[in-house]
Order: sequence, then C-alpha cells, then structure tokens
Amino acid sequence: MHSPESVLSQADSLEQPRQLPGDLAMWCFILAELLAFLLLLGSMAFARGHWGEMFSTGIATLHPEAGLINTVFLLTGSYFAARAVHRAQAGDHRALVRGFILAAACGLLYVGVKVSEYGMLFADGYNLRSSTFYFFYFFTTFFHMAHVLIGMLILLVVAWRCRQGQYANQEKVRMASESAASYWHMVDLVWLVLFPLLYVLP
Amino acid sequence: MKYASQAVAKPYFAFAMLLFVGQILFGLILGTQYIIGDFLFPEIPFNVARMVHTNLLIVWLLFAFMGATYYLIPEETQTELWSPKLGYALFWIFAIAGVLTILGYLLVPYARLAELTGNDYFPTMGREFLEQPTITKVGIALVVVGFIFNILMTVLKGRKTVVNMVLITGLIGLAVFWLFAFYNPVSLVMDKYFWWWVVHLWVEGVWELILGAILAFILIKTTGVDREVVEKWLYLIIAMALISGILGTGHHYFFIGAPEYWLWIGSIFSAIEPLPFFMMMLFAFSMLRQRRREHPNKAAVTWAVGCTIMAFLGAGVWGFLHTLAPVNYYTHGTQLTAAHGHLAFFGAYAMIAMAIISYAWPKLHGRECSSPQAQRVEIWSCWVMSISMLAITLLLTWAGWIQIDLQRLPGDAGALGYMQTQDAIMHVYWMRLIAGIGFTVGLGMYLYSFVVARSTREQAPALAVAQ
Ligand code: HEM
Ligand code: HEM
Ligand SMILES: [Fe+2]
Repeated sequence: MHSPESVLSQADSLEQPRQLPGDLAMWCFILAELLAFLLLLGSMAFARGHWGEMFSTGIATLHPEAGLINTVFLLTGSYFAARAVHRAQAGDHRALVRGFILAAACGLLYVGVKVSEYGMLFADGYNLRSSTFYFFYFFTTFFHMAHVLIGMLILLVVAWRCRQGQYANQEKVRMASESAASYWHMVDLVWLVLFPLLYVLP
Repeated sequence: MKYASQAVAKPYFAFAMLLFVGQILFGLILGTQYIIGDFLFPEIPFNVARMVHTNLLIVWLLFAFMGATYYLIPEETQTELWSPKLGYALFWIFAIAGVLTILGYLLVPYARLAELTGNDYFPTMGREFLEQPTITKVGIALVVVGFIFNILMTVLKGRKTVVNMVLITGLIGLAVFWLFAFYNPVSLVMDKYFWWWVVHLWVEGVWELILGAILAFILIKTTGVDREVVEKWLYLIIAMALISGILGTGHHYFFIGAPEYWLWIGSIFSAIEPLPFFMMMLFAFSMLRQRRREHPNKAAVTWAVGCTIMAFLGAGVWGFLHTLAPVNYYTHGTQLTAAHGHLAFFGAYAMIAMAIISYAWPKLHGRECSSPQAQRVEIWSCWVMSISMLAITLLLTWAGWIQIDLQRLPGDAGALGYMQTQDAIMHVYWMRLIAGIGFTVGLGMYLYSFVVARSTREQAPALAVAQ
C-alpha cells in the first residue's frame, strides 16, 4: 500500500521515468496468465448465470474456513515477499533469501490445506465430473494451485541464485527479486478474486 | 559454414524439397479429384492420394527440421557434430524407408499393404496422418532416437544456449509424442483421444518450440540483436505456447465422447493459443527494428518474417475461428478445417523450413547469401506461394461457409445432404484448383532460384571468414 507521502514523493520525481518493478518480460507473462484466469472466471460467471441453482447448492458443500485460512497464508506470503524485496533494495541480500523462503513456506502451507480440502470433497463423493459447478471449482482452484507451485519455484530459484552470488550486481538482484515477487503477488491477487467468487458469493 | 559437419544438413534439405514437390503434385491430383471424382481412378484413388499428400508433408517437414538442427547445432554449441557419419547413415535409412512406404501406398492396395507388413500382429495403421505401416513407424522412431542421441552428445560437449536447449526440448517432445502413434485402443473414443496427442501436441505444442528456436536462430544471425533479448522473447513464446497448447488439446475433445468438461477447457485454453503466434510476429518485427546490421540475405529475412505473419493468420486467426465449442459444433470437419490446416501448416512449418534453407543453403556452398538476382526470384516465389496459399485458404473458407450454411445450420429436415452440398460448392473447387496451380508455379520459381543462384554464384558475396 502506498502512504500519501510516498505517492507525493513519486509525483515529485515525475521527470524521472516511472519504472516497472522487475522485468518487462515477466510482466508480459503475468498479463498472459491473468488473461487465462480472466477467461476461466468469465466462463464461470457465464455458467453461473445459466445454472444458478447448481452453483448455490454446490457452494454450500465447500469448506469456506479452509479458504479463509488459505487467504491468510497467501497474504502473509506476499508480505514476506514484499518486505524481502524492500530489504534487498537496501543491500540486505540475506533478508531477501530469508523472506523468499518464508513466502514459499506460506505457499507450501496453502498447498497442504488445499490438498486436504480436495480430500474432504472427494470423500464426500464430489469430483471434476460431478457437475459443471464442481468442474469449475476443482479445475479453477487446481489451476491456481499449480500457479502457487510455480510461484514458489520462482521464489526459491531467485533465493538460491542470490545466495550463490549468481547475480553480478545490485541491479540484477533488484530485477530478479522484483520479477519473482510480482509473479507471486499476481498469484495472490487471483486468489483474492477466486475466494469470494467461489466460496462466499451466495 | 563455420563447422565442416554442418554439411550433414545438405542432403536433408535437398530431399525435403524433393518431397515437397511430390506433396504438391498430389495436392493437384486431389484438387482435381474434388471436381472430377474418378480422375486417375482406379490407379490412384482419392484416399491414397490424400495419404500420400499428407504423409509427404509430415515427412518433408521432419527432414527439414533435422537438416535445420544439423546446421544450427554445431554453430550454437560451437563444436563439430558428435558423429556426422551417424547423421548421413540416418539420412539414407530415413530416405529409403520413406520412399518404400510411399511406393507401398501407390503400388499395393492399402489393405494388402497392411497384411504384408504384419499389421495384424501390431495394428497401428488406418488412421489419418498415421497411415504408415507399423514397421515404418518403428523406423521413424529409431531414426529420431539416433538423431536426438547425436544432437545430445553434441550439446553435451559444447556451449549450451537457450536456442539449442529449446530446440532439443522440442525434438525430444516430438519423439515422446510419436510413441502415441503405436497406441491404438479398440475404443474409437480412446483412439481419437490419444491420436490427438500426436497430431495436436505436435503442431500446437512441441513443434512450436522447434519453430521458435529456428526463428530465434535466424533472427540472431540476420539482425545481430543481443542474445539476451532474443532469449527472453523465446522463453515467453514457448511458455505461452505450452500453457495454452497443452490444455488446448481439449478443442478436439468436444464431440468425440470425452467428458463434457472438455467443452470448457478446450474452448478457454485454445482461445489463448493465438497469443504465442502473435508474439512470434511481434518478436520478428521488434528484432528487425532493433537490428544492428543489414544482413545481405534478404530472402531469408523475407521467409522468416513472412512465416510469423502467415503462421499467425493460419494458426492464430483461422484456428480461433472454429475453436470455441459452440462454433465448432457447426464447423467441425468442414472445408473450414481444411482451410485452417493448409494455412497453418504452410505458414508455420513450411515457411520456417524454407527460411532456414534459404539462410543455410548459400552458406553450405561457401557464400554469405545468394546473388541479388537469385534472391529476387526467391522473394518473388515467396510472394507467389504465400498469396496462392491465402487464396486457397479464402476459397476453402468460402466452401466451408456454404457447407455450414446448407448442411449444418438447417435442422435435420431442412439440411442438404453431403454430396448435394458438394455440388453446390463445385465452382469454388475450380477456383481452388487454379490457386493450387498458382502455388505450384511459386514452388517452381523457388526451385528455379537455386538454379539462378548456382549460375550467378560469382556475383554472390563470399563467406566472411569471421562472422
Ligand atoms: C501451426 C499450428 C497449427 C497447425 C499446423 C494446425 C493444423 C490443423 C489441422 C491439419 C487440422 C485438421 C486435423 C484433422 O485432420 O482433423 C486442425 C484442426 C483444428 N485446429 Fe489446428 N493447427 C494449428 C494451430 C491451431 C490453433 C492455434 C488453433 C486454435 C486457436 C487451432 C484450432 C483447430 C481446431 C479447433 C481444429 C478442429 C477442427 C474441426 O473440428 O474440424 N489450430 N488443425
Ligand atoms: C497445390 C496446392 C494444394 C492443393 C490443391 C491441396 C489440396 C488438398 C486436398 C484436396 C486435400 C484433402 C482435403 C480433404 O480431405 O477433403 C488436402 C489435404 C491437406 N493438405 Fe493440401 N493441397 C495443396 C497444398 C498443400 C500445402 C502447401 C500444404 C501444407 C504445407 C498442405 C497441407 C494439407 C494438409 C495438412 C491436409 C489435411 C487437411 C485436413 O486434415 O483437414 N496442402 N490438400
Ligand atoms: Fe489442435
């Protein structure tokens, strides 16, 4: 979040071109990923418009507390990632490594909860083929979980390379850490949209 | 040519062009048979001509990919090929097996060929694109494995670049998915399901990696743009290709008896498939804009840039046209599919093959590029072939539209029968045949440009010693 001062100080330095955090290529990738999620969510909204009843009865069988706990995990992960990038800017590379590992650990907790949630639903006899609702639930959340795993991988690779001293200079560290954290925030953001749409909206 | 072993590429390229000519001759036969049903019957029935046309296409593209790899890998790894001998030996094995198979198609009735080659013991024949006798399929697998082994050994001892890593990943993927050609379950649903693992996951999956790598190589060489920039583009393109293409397989699972959820997955993910093709186009133009040198081989650049445009049109635009389930419900298996198949195959894979041949052939003959006269003929041939192929595509789209309108959109009672619809399309098929003749002229010009290049060899710049 921007404090008013930071927004102002950014406005002050307008003559200096605003820079994208991280690599432009990463942002292209993020946009493409967002497009995939957008199409999924759009289709889901469409299906919901057609089969409202099926969706409401389906939603009632989910486990919103698990979703809520997972939201907290992802937000905490994002906090660690953001703070790590911030500290790395100040030259503290050890804090970067630590922060990214903690963020990835949050991701792991997320995956653990998600998998046990799937286990409960399977035990109740629901799966991908039960109905259009369950298709969207299982497929969209699974696709998202795959992205959590990719995000974890990216964070860990950057942490590992930073620790090995594979980045030639501070600028490279900034680029890599900002790119990784941006991807992670994207994964987080998508969940923040998915969670209310799938679990909460009646 | 920097490395002597790059010369292995020569016979592969030459043979690919020979098969290309064969493919087009059979295309003309097919185009004629669409109008005069018993043309060349009973010597060459439609199903045989079609099989020869499509199999020659796949095989000549494989020859071109192998040639491209033999040319590109020594230069990228900065070391001689592990075993040029193996490269030549595999060439002869593949070429002889290919010729024998085609002769088998033409000289023996297909059922008899199946019997002769022991299809009863291990049935894999009789499926579109995978018509080869089982022994030929095994032969292709062995040739590809030997080829990949040769390339892997070369990469292991040399420099590893993103381009050669992407290329080899694509080639290994090609080999792995070929294995599904041997899987032929009794259930028609299962058969079709895995048939697409070869067909779709090749052209909209691993082949895109091969395409991306060859394109990146040509652009690095002709524009002199930093590798780092090219590599980022390549990463992005292949990431998008795989994300969209793998699940995009679902666009073939709509109405074959697979679970219903494929309607959603197939539509959503294949809707993203045009993106990597769009990015290839941006990539090519952006590299040209940032170019650090004027490469004298204008023809190769024309092919490469043209390839990205035509691939985007054929795969991206014409693919998207019928990829959403509600649309595909009406268009499935019409001439619109053929329109898309032609432009996509030509734009993406035939044109990248000609791009790398155009770049490599003069170098393999000790010249930086062909003479300006030869290049002029070649660039003209590129235009003639591209415009003819666009014409074929538009005409088949028109034919497809008539088919959809008369045969698909009306309810059962009002719908025209298949053959009656064909009669209503006859005038379009005539025009398609004319466009096909135009394409053949373009191909003739292309081959003629090699003759010109040879006779005007003295006017072509000699190979720079330090490139
Ligand atoms: C270079 C890439 C591509 C090539 C070479 C290619 C080639 C082909 C060919 C030959 C067929 C006909 C297969 C058959 O015999 O049944 C086909 C079918 C199809 N292609 Fe592609 N394609 C490519 C990319 C794409 C893309 C990117 C899309 C979607 C955006 C797409 C969508 C489709 C669809 C929906 C069908 C099924 C048509 C039907 O139901 O009849 N293709 N493609
Ligand atoms: C002289 C030019 C050509 C003519 C007249 C021609 C004609 C035909 C015909 C009539 C078919 C059979 C369609 C059917 O089953 O109903 C066919 C199939 C096919 N041709 Fe061509 N062709 C030509 C050139 C090419 C080229 C240059 C390519 C690719 C580089 C190509 C790729 C294909 C493919 C992939 C199929 C299978 C399509 C499918 O399954 O939908 N053809 N061609
Ligand atoms: Fe496909």
